[in-house]
Amino acid sequence: MATANAKKKSSIFFDLKVMGPILALVVLVIVGAALNGNFLSAGNISNVLSRSAFIGIIAVGMTFVITAGGLDLSVGSMAAFIAGLMILVMNGLLPSMGPGWPLVMVGMLTAIVAGTTAGFINGFLITNMRIEAFIVTLGTMGIYRSLVTWLADGGTLSLDFGMRSVIRPIYFDGILGISWPIIVFAIVAITGELVMRRAAFGRHVAAVGSNDQVARYSSVNVNRVRMMTYVFLGILVGIATIMYVPRLGSASSSTGVLWELEAIAAVIIGGTMLKGGFGRVWGTVIGVLILSLIGNILNLTDGVSPYLNGAVQGVIIILAVILQRDKKAEG
Amino acid sequence: MTETLALTLTKICRSFGPVQVLHDVDITLIPGEVHALIGENGAGKSTTMKIMSGYLSPTEGTVTLNGAPVSFANSQAAEAQGVVLIHQEFNLADQLSVEQNIFLGHEKRRGLFLDKTTMQAETRALLQRLNCQVDPSARVRDIANADKQMVEIAKALSRNAKVLIMDEPTAVLTEREAEVLFEQVERLKAEGVAILFTSHKLDEVKRIADQITILRDGHMVSHGPASNYDEDQMAEAMVGRDVSSLYPVRAGSVGTEAALEVTGLSVPGFAQDVSFTLNKGEILGISGLIGSGRTEMMEGLVGLRSATGKVRINGAPVTIKSPRQAQAAGLCYLTEDRKSRGLLLNKGMRENLTLQCLPDFTNWLVDQKSEEKALTKAIEDFDIRAPTRHVAVGNLSGGNQQKLLIAKVMLADPNIVIIDEPTRGIDIGTKQQIYEFIHALSAQGKSIIVISSEMQEVIGLADRTLVMRTGRIAGEVSGADMTEDKIVRLAMGLDAQKEETV
Repeated sequence: MATANAKKKSSIFFDLKVMGPILALVVLVIVGAALNGNFLSAGNISNVLSRSAFIGIIAVGMTFVITAGGLDLSVGSMAAFIAGLMILVMNGLLPSMGPGWPLVMVGMLTAIVAGTTAGFINGFLITNMRIEAFIVTLGTMGIYRSLVTWLADGGTLSLDFGMRSVIRPIYFDGILGISWPIIVFAIVAITGELVMRRAAFGRHVAAVGSNDQVARYSSVNVNRVRMMTYVFLGILVGIATIMYVPRLGSASSSTGVLWELEAIAAVIIGGTMLKGGFGRVWGTVIGVLILSLIGNILNLTDGVSPYLNGAVQGVIIILAVILQRDKKAEG
Repeated sequence: MTETLALTLTKICRSFGPVQVLHDVDITLIPGEVHALIGENGAGKSTTMKIMSGYLSPTEGTVTLNGAPVSFANSQAAEAQGVVLIHQEFNLADQLSVEQNIFLGHEKRRGLFLDKTTMQAETRALLQRLNCQVDPSARVRDIANADKQMVEIAKALSRNAKVLIMDEPTAVLTEREAEVLFEQVERLKAEGVAILFTSHKLDEVKRIADQITILRDGHMVSHGPASNYDEDQMAEAMVGRDVSSLYPVRAGSVGTEAALEVTGLSVPGFAQDVSFTLNKGEILGISGLIGSGRTEMMEGLVGLRSATGKVRINGAPVTIKSPRQAQAAGLCYLTEDRKSRGLLLNKGMRENLTLQCLPDFTNWLVDQKSEEKALTKAIEDFDIRAPTRHVAVGNLSGGNQQKLLIAKVMLADPNIVIIDEPTRGIDIGTKQQIYEFIHALSAQGKSIIVISSEMQEVIGLADRTLVMRTGRIAGEVSGADMTEDKIVRLAMGLDAQKEETV
């Protein structure tokens, strides 16, 4: 009896599905600290977190989309397109409004409206037109990427120099030494976790992803739930772009390349099921941190070339899925 | 004559962890005999069949084939020796053709390529042997359930099955389809195949079984030649108590006010111009063959399919375009397909119970405490037996899943509830409980529509029955007129009118 109890206890504490991502993160932090003294400095931590914020904010939205059984490949291109649009609008209104916060507000509003619209278009095509999410977002991914290249005429869209100094604080300042991107990321993540675990919407998202027929027969408006996940993701891409534009003050065809894959990878590392039905936002946050820590550690150490970043990330993603898969059924 | 095989289980025990589910089971399947294995859900029928066919190995005891002990490493090993299990849920690839399914994993080749001609010919021969008219190149998704069952059997025969084990072969078949199946079973029997099947339909068991083994809680409680049993004795042995009064006696009286009035309801492709009235506190039965549009009509009524027609609830006209609107009007539909439309099998009981009326438990955030309270109440009210509160619903037995599904729909507190196949694939003890729930609901003044393929069920439960045929209401029977004969005549379009006027 005692052994049975002990077994049960240990299975809760060492459940790899729950603890795996946290364990991996702890190992990475220990490795990082051992390899380089600067790793745990406030400067480096703040740098890593700020840089993860873009992908992180998007990945929280992606968690909902994937949990509902969907997918969005267009977020990277969408971010680039929104960044380009935001810069064009601000540059265009600069002569009439002058550099200052009202213009920044207009820029932000542009990003949010553009993100909402883009999410709505994806959602509309997927739910109302009944086209596979993979196909729809593969299409819009190409469209947005091409549009931003066209807007920039193959080069780079640069924000007016005067505006850059106005907008800079959004990325580089903060409260109590914590930068804005980190604060926004934290707010988005906490809200997302709460919605996923405790709100009716989160429950509906998991139900739709688990079996949309059951959801439909249970009076859940399946199309609306699906649509909302894409719209929320679009809004979050808009917010991420608002954080991103002040950092470089420019957008080009190479902005946001592969963000969609990093966001999806973070979601999967965090334990959300790719086929839908179960998602956890805190896992996604850990997934984002794992991915950016790998890059950071490779940059800080001499042993391994930073060019191998992608390879190490790839190995981690595959390992994460192997550790989290269900035991094969008998027979 | 090909060689025959006798399969014997001797003193078989099987445990899952600390739980022993089979105790000293002895069964012998003799060539040319049909053996029925009956018992309530969870009595150990599936485990027994899985041990016979190599899906599970026994913890103790031996399996012998023609007297020689065998131990199948897996189901493929059992199939190679001629022992084949046909699952209750069809194990067919929907998108592939009949022929492709039959030879799946055993394709015939000529050189590098598939030998289509031979496979086509063999498929045709196999189907002919089963007297089944289905086209070998038809896609499985397009053929009827009965034909799918035949394809499963043809597949088993193509693997040269000498021992055929069938898990509830008639659960998804109409009575006529089951009839065709029984003819084929007789034919196989004559060819010397040893057959074991399970069923909850005791009249069937009585009809086609030569031997009967009855399990209760993993013990063999009775076995012997089928001629020694009548249906009541079988039921009693299964349940361990008297179940001769399966259907409760009507307690309350039926109201005279109309709760639901449907006029000219049409669901394109399934139902045309259906009109009926349901009174307060009434139990209305809907009968008809599978495919007569019963389910689709009701799905149209509650907004799960597009439909036209007028609906009045308590005298007031309502527009229902979605299940949500139906629910708001006090009308709920309980699906016949609990596994793929009723419950989220990988979620817990709490999430499933409250899914339909989550807004009632939500005030910004979902109130998990009141959800837990609702679950406690549902477990009590509907006698749901689960190993723990957190078990994934897919691991509950069919009967408990059905009880949970009823609890889930009743949580929305509908005044009118449409229950589609309330007891499909459920043992007799749980059936009796569900019938009592239905009567209790009607006694509370709720109006209930029961759709069922089991005629006895409709007759036993309903105050009045509508019979559907090809999308239309073929007639209505009530009181002493509610007999199987009358219903069958209406359902099949025989001269029912003449009967009624007599």
